[in-house]
Amino acid sequence: MKEYQDVRWQGYLRQDGRKGIRNKLLVVYTVECSSHVAKEIARRIDSDDVDVVGFDGCCDNEYAVRLLLALIRHPNVGAVLAVGLGCEYVQPRHLAEKALEAGKPAQWFFVQEHGGTGPSIEYGLRQARLLLEELRHTTMAPMGFSDLVVGAECGGSDYTSGLAGNVVVGRFYDKLVDLGGTAVFEEIVEAVGLKDLLVRRGADDCAREQLAYTYDKALEYCKSVRQYSVSPGNFAGGLSSIEEKSMGAVIKSGSRPISGVIKVSQPPPRHGLWLLDSTPDPYWMGFGYTNPNDNEGLMDLISCGCQLVFLVTGRGNVVGSAVAPVYKITGNSVTFQRMSGDMDFNAGPALSGEVTLEQLCENLCDEVLRVCSGGQTNAERLGHKEYFIPYKYQEKEVALKRRCE
Amino acid sequence: MTGQAVFQIDRADNVATALQALVPGTAAAHGDPIQPGVTVAEEIPAGHKLALRDIAPGGSIVKYGVVIGCATKAIKTGQWVHLHNMKSLYDARSSSLDAVTGAPTDTHYE
Repeated sequence: MKEYQDVRWQGYLRQDGRKGIRNKLLVVYTVECSSHVAKEIARRIDSDDVDVVGFDGCCDNEYAVRLLLALIRHPNVGAVLAVGLGCEYVQPRHLAEKALEAGKPAQWFFVQEHGGTGPSIEYGLRQARLLLEELRHTTMAPMGFSDLVVGAECGGSDYTSGLAGNVVVGRFYDKLVDLGGTAVFEEIVEAVGLKDLLVRRGADDCAREQLAYTYDKALEYCKSVRQYSVSPGNFAGGLSSIEEKSMGAVIKSGSRPISGVIKVSQPPPRHGLWLLDSTPDPYWMGFGYTNPNDNEGLMDLISCGCQLVFLVTGRGNVVGSAVAPVYKITGNSVTFQRMSGDMDFNAGPALSGEVTLEQLCENLCDEVLRVCSGGQTNAERLGHKEYFIPYKYQEKEVALKRRCE
Repeated sequence: MTGQAVFQIDRADNVATALQALVPGTAAAHGDPIQPGVTVAEEIPAGHKLALRDIAPGGSIVKYGVVIGCATKAIKTGQWVHLHNMKSLYDARSSSLDAVTGAPTDTHYE
């Protein structure tokens, strides 16, 4: 296999030392009422470097505000424009201040104070153009695989996901971790039946304890809502149990030791392989719902600082994301042909034995290099910039009392 | 029948996945198979599982080298393995779903 240890490309250096593969102006709305103004500013600027995210509000939700702040601090984001209505709990001024503290140019305003829709859009456009100009002076720095945090999740899975799509991601994750990089996988509700296997892979006692706790919580969640993360389409496609789907999903984590469990918006504390727990924690409203769509899962991975995310899909999906490029991998050659404008990578040839997994992994490494160096994914090319930030309750860290600290 | 194939992931597995819709006869085995070919005893849809050996009622179904459920009746080599003859050890509802469409059969909406 080719050597990637010394490969470098130009990244965007942030104050905290992290490096981005994109340099975006993030327009953030703080309540649904200011969303039109925020989206219109981005639409009129019409730049690949401007993304919009926001929270419906109006009540603040710690989880959602932490997520917004994590996106503001994300290494792919270089500047921030926060747009509020003027009476919501989530404060655009606070978001802009946190961006400035992170060394990013930022502005904010209230629609109520700037004369309503028309004048607010004009004001926001002027601010956005100034911020874009400032982005041109962002410090560049060489970066390599050891600077990367990559996330992966699967959606619209079929039998090929567990045989090829997720398998090639697992191979890539092993390679990335060996190169000193960081890999994040999620969907603990799709690990039901695999407790022993997961816990055995914990790197130390602390990691094993976190994995066991997080698994037990997810199983309790599934039991209490009487719903496992497996759907009629999955069964029709040949999967016969949640355990079978789980193994196909967990295989994308590769084979390296798991360093521990992180929560949404929590950057991995150090290099290695991490499990992201995006499942709600028990609270006064019960568990609430876990990821209702693929974009929430992608957003959760990105909130942990992933500069690039993989979406593995057998049946096909078209989504992208704000803040980080989404790279779509399928193990199904039919899907790859049928949705060739959307799919980025076909792992299907591994099934027929035409191409070895080793070769596919190398091709994927080269593709990661291309995208990290500024090459577009299909989702970026097509303008997909979806996001999903719901009300949810989650602890900031794995809730167990850690004996190891 | 020539050209049809299954995929065995782990050598410990007692099921393999159909890479296309299978008809009775034989199929080549890809992946990490214990033998180069397998017997196909009945029609099996693409993506569904075929038994690589006889499995007794209650016996473990093994794929990826891990237990993914247990047999609810005797399964013969080459037969289709799915909701009609296996069940999850966790999810009590899934073995009640329609074996072909996966649609729920336990809830009636009016």
